[in-house]
Amino acid sequence: MSKLIVATLATAVLAGSTMLASAQERVVNVYNWSDYIDDSILADFTKETGIKVVYDVFDSNEILETKLLAGGSGYDVVVPTAYFLQRQIAAGVFQKLDKSKLPNISNMWDMVMERTAQYDPGNEYAVDYMWGTTGIGYNVEKMKEILGTDEKPNWDVIFDPEIAAKFKDCGIHLLDSPTDIMPSALAYLGLNPDSHDQADLEKAADLLMKVRPNIRKFHSSEYINALANGDICLAVGFSGDVFQARDRAAEAKAGVTVDYSIPEQGAQMWFDMLAIPADAPHVAEAHEFINYMMKPEVIAKASNYVFYANGNKASQQFLDKEVLEDTAIYPSDAVMQKLFTTTPFEAKEQRVLTRLWTKIVTGQ
Amino acid sequence: MAKLASALVSRLVIIIPYAWLLFFFLIPFFIVFRISLSQTAVAMPPYMPVFDLAGGLSGIMEKLGEFSLDNYVWLTEDVLYFNAYVSSVVIAAISTFLTLLIGYPIAYGMAKAPRSLRPTLLMMVILPFWTSFLIRVYAWIAILKPEGLLNQFLSAVGLIDQPLIILNTNAAIYIGIVYSYLPFMVLPIYSALEKMDHSLTEAAQDLGCTPAAAFWRVTFPLSLPGVVAGCLLVFIPAVGEFVIPDLLGGSETLMIGKTLWSEFNSNRDWPVSSAVAIILLMILVIPIVYFQNIQAKADDEGR
Repeated sequence: MSKLIVATLATAVLAGSTMLASAQERVVNVYNWSDYIDDSILADFTKETGIKVVYDVFDSNEILETKLLAGGSGYDVVVPTAYFLQRQIAAGVFQKLDKSKLPNISNMWDMVMERTAQYDPGNEYAVDYMWGTTGIGYNVEKMKEILGTDEKPNWDVIFDPEIAAKFKDCGIHLLDSPTDIMPSALAYLGLNPDSHDQADLEKAADLLMKVRPNIRKFHSSEYINALANGDICLAVGFSGDVFQARDRAAEAKAGVTVDYSIPEQGAQMWFDMLAIPADAPHVAEAHEFINYMMKPEVIAKASNYVFYANGNKASQQFLDKEVLEDTAIYPSDAVMQKLFTTTPFEAKEQRVLTRLWTKIVTGQ
Repeated sequence: MAKLASALVSRLVIIIPYAWLLFFFLIPFFIVFRISLSQTAVAMPPYMPVFDLAGGLSGIMEKLGEFSLDNYVWLTEDVLYFNAYVSSVVIAAISTFLTLLIGYPIAYGMAKAPRSLRPTLLMMVILPFWTSFLIRVYAWIAILKPEGLLNQFLSAVGLIDQPLIILNTNAAIYIGIVYSYLPFMVLPIYSALEKMDHSLTEAAQDLGCTPAAAFWRVTFPLSLPGVVAGCLLVFIPAVGEFVIPDLLGGSETLMIGKTLWSEFNSNRDWPVSSAVAIILLMILVIPIVYFQNIQAKADDEGR
């Protein structure tokens, strides 16, 4: 009997000590976009700091936002787009960054910091991870066949009903997101792309209704596969997604070449931001993680892998030539002048926008 | 003493389903209903008012005054919601009918099969559940797309020269729903038919019924409880279906599941999306209660 008691006690003590060890194990819970990092970066981080990374992914800002607004998500570092970040800050979702724990912030690119400050004044709550543009992904061979030119397409191929009609049978996809498509339509019309005015939005909606018969589908992720497989010719999508389609098409060697164009009438620029939720359980580890991601060689490795530009000036010397010199990733200064940013809609304006969008998409 | 114990046990057995209903239906229902009476706000969670138990009873009473039915009024002001409800109900009704048309002969065949074969047939109906629902819907994309398996097959045998456009249309939604929910139709009908006394149809035929008349006058009425159960099991989830229309349907298909999604995620309007959900529940609960009443009455008369 006493042996049993000793054994039980021994097990209890052992169990207690392992629990203690696991309590001391340092962890950071990261919630990032899918296909958005080189996994070896996470392994390197753990090797260097001893902090274990629990990495989880999402594929839309809405999913992330719903989790954050419900509270108690358990994540320590999340990556919302700046446009969403702004209203999330207003809702009290995030805590201010402790800049004293982020010495690598000196590596950041002031061009990007100035623009992200529009969403987060003083860059108090977040730092940029990657940034990109919303433009046109296209099938190079079909473009040449239909328009007879090697020139990169601009918004005319989407928003000019006569030109778009030529691509109807070949297939056009648009993002199912009014906040991405409407500013592009406004830019095509020569109006302020950041307009929240109902009259302007209705003009953009009228334009979209005219080209609606030529659109095969509104969807925010299907176009990657559809472009790569040659199922469609044109898609309005995010730069990095189109590069993924380009790589998949090249790997498949099925005679499909995909490329990306930043339309000359102007394109939307967006920023994915690293931020720490107010109720994050591991705040110190979250800061260490963000600081690590701002090391020039680390973020360069990420950019080389995902083909997105980052907001870190010092990292540019470590970038592969094919990334840094690709003007679709790092646009020329002239194109950079044409890129615009947009600001979030108030609840009432958002309702008008969503309603217009439903009308465009469903015809109701 | 034994009698007392068994009475206690039978009470407990009754309590379990009621507790289930309370915790997993009624309480969530009231949470959603309460949100539907609130207003949106830029906050966490994104609506007002939020109950704070620290305010005590008077605090709660005070906030009760802030509730309103505005969101329900809003639903009547825009025809979008009405259209979405109607089109969801229509799509679900057509799919349910098609499922019944395909499911009934399958169930009938299974019930008439040799007893030794039935477990295998039953297994074959259930087997698809071993693969994730989402993967099976994705598989339909590969089958239905313009250069997919179906079109390749049809053009290979020379039936078509132009690929059929099925993907991203309502036809694809019907195919998806019928395929996904077929077991829910087959199983209850099978269990109703299997229990049936075969001598009843023999008696009908002895009394001069043709086989078809015997089926319609004896077999089908006796399988009706299974048919009703199967139809409800298909219709109810089909009305609120989101995944199948999103993946297989086109952009112009309006369904309430998608409307709810965009209210919740694009508009961040939890109160209005809660109101949409409550109305959806009403649309579903009222016919079910009505059906059950009819059935209970029929049962009473039968006795």
